[in-house]
Order: sequence, then C-alpha cells, then structure tokens
Amino acid sequence: MDSLSKLDEVKTTQWAGGREPWSIEYGKIMMWFFLVSDAFTFSSFLIYYGAQKFAQPTWIDADKIFQSIPGLADSGQPLVFVGIMTFILIMSSVTMVLAVEAGHRNSKKEVVKWMVWTILGGMAFVGCQALEWTHLHHLGFWFGKNPATGLTDPAAISAALQPYFTNDISYTAALQFANLFFTITGFHGFHVTIGIILNIIILCMVLNNTFQKRGSYLMIEKVGLYWHFVDLVWVFVFTFFYLI
Amino acid sequence: MAHHDHTLDAHAHGEGMGVKRIWQVFGILLFITAIEFLVALGFVHHWQIVTKGPALYAFYVVLTLIKAYYIVAFFMHLKFEKKSFIITCSIVFIFIVYFIVLMLIEGDFLSTHLHEHPIYPNK
Repeated sequence: MDSLSKLDEVKTTQWAGGREPWSIEYGKIMMWFFLVSDAFTFSSFLIYYGAQKFAQPTWIDADKIFQSIPGLADSGQPLVFVGIMTFILIMSSVTMVLAVEAGHRNSKKEVVKWMVWTILGGMAFVGCQALEWTHLHHLGFWFGKNPATGLTDPAAISAALQPYFTNDISYTAALQFANLFFTITGFHGFHVTIGIILNIIILCMVLNNTFQKRGSYLMIEKVGLYWHFVDLVWVFVFTFFYLI
Repeated sequence: MAHHDHTLDAHAHGEGMGVKRIWQVFGILLFITAIEFLVALGFVHHWQIVTKGPALYAFYVVLTLIKAYYIVAFFMHLKFEKKSFIITCSIVFIFIVYFIVLMLIEGDFLSTHLHEHPIYPNK
C-alpha cells in the first residue's frame, strides 16, 4: 500500500509534467530547432569548402579575387567592399534586436521604425551581393565556369588564371572555388531574401495592429532569431571566403 | 508576455537586452571586426608584417567564434534561456566539430594520395 500511495504522489520537479520546463513558447522553440538544423546545412557547405581547400595543392588568393569596390575602384582594394557588406549586416542585426526590445515595451511606433531600418539594411546587403556576383561573373567566374573555361592551351589557361593566384595555378582549384563561392553565398543570400520577406510580412502585421490586439510582440522575437542567424552565418562566410 | 510565468518574466527583464546592452554588444562586434580588418588589410596586405599561415588562420577563427558567441548569446538571447535549453541547442555541435576534423583529415589525405598510384587501362 505504501508503494502505491507513493505512485499517486504528485511530483513537482521541473520535468515532472504539467508545466513548461523551458518557459519558451512552442513556436519559438521550433524556430530554434529549425535554426540548429539550418546551421548543420551551412556547416556542411563550409566544411566541404575546407575539405576542398585541403585536398587541392593550391588555392585562389582571396585578396586578389575580391579587390573591387563597384562604382569606385576596379582593383587594388581587397576586403573594403565586403567590409561595407559586413557592417550593413551587423547594423541590421542591431536594428532587429532594437525592434525586439521595443516590442517588449509594446511600443508599436518604435517597432515599426526599427523593422523598417532592418528591412532596408537587408535590402542593401542583398544589393551589394548582387553587385559582387555581377563583378565575378563579368570576370568569368560562374557555376561550373572560371576565366579559363574553354581554353585548351596550357599557357593560355595559366595566363587566364594568373591574376587570381599567388602560389601555383590550378584550373580545378579555380573551378571549385567558383562553384562553392556561388553556392554558399547564394544560399546565404537566399536566406537573407527570405528574411526580408518575413520582416515585411511581420511589419505589415505590426501596422495592422495584429500584435497590439494579441497583447504580445513575440512574433518579432521569432523572426528576429532567424535574422540574427543569417548574420551569424555571414560571420563565418566572411572569415572562410574573404579572410582565410 | 501572457504565456510566460512571472519568474521568467522578471528574469528576462532583469538580465535581458536593454538598449544600452544592445549597443555594447554592437560595439564589441564592431571592435572585433575592426581588428580583423586591421590585421588583414594592414598587417598582412599593406605593411606585410604578418604572413598568411595556420597561426593567422587560427587567430581569425578564434575571433569569428567570439563574434558568434556574442550574436547567439546576446542578440539571440540564448544566454538568458533555461540552462537545459541552452544545452539542447548547443551540444549537437559536437557532431559538427567531429565532421570538421574528419573532412579536413580526409581532404589532406586526398591531396597527397589520390594520384599517388597510376591508373591502368583495362584492356
């Protein structure tokens, strides 16, 4: 009898049921789990980039391939343009977190202001990425293509690729670089674009007083998580493509 | 935040991200990025005091991980969630660390061994 009555006792520990152990709303937990899985996808891409870099006897020099500032300088300015892009994305992450903070205070006016800045920052970033893609495409890089594609004379191939290498020149390395650059920055840019669309939808809902009526701006936090994740991925893309 | 219990609410507002804290974290992120640019543009490219190599790359990766920590912990607010949730979301990255080690060793192996032996025609 004693053991039976023990079974009937109501447990009150954190994981005993009847309460939310994490005290986080369902949608927010699911956003986190989605982002963890998305981090796996990006990790796989970047790890393959690393594996290729280790497997190739030589690799492209980032300082030589990324050295233009669209509209200002055609060459000789490594890292400057990507620096601007990085600043824009960090800045838009800050405006997003400010929108979340304003949401905690139920201040619709401020939420709208910071959401608009976040959307503009995202658009500026995607615009910069489009310019960078155009520039590289103009040089002859694309999916499955590098500036020497179509050439057969070894001297012509090495001359076409010489501007992008400091060490030995490899057609395969240049090709793998092009494929992985466009795939990974493309997948990231796709994420930014989705983020902009989500932000616009949420902004419309804010303007429609949806969250004011609901009594909570939690949805801003959820899209905010996604937006910060996009910034997080860029931190890694920046390091592995532009710095190393 | 009607769905939150009161203890969490107090917790979130007490240690959460106030406007001042947000700009502090922004300052840290900007500072780390500025160091990266100083090293990459200044020390390596312009003055050529530092040469590219594993030590420099390790330095970049450490700075990147610090930036990632600040984004996830403060901007994404993970530092202020319940401990079990923090562990749930972060422990899985052990597999990513393993994957990195695995693939870099494999890549290194291929770079020397893939063409070590000739290919014989099958007649």
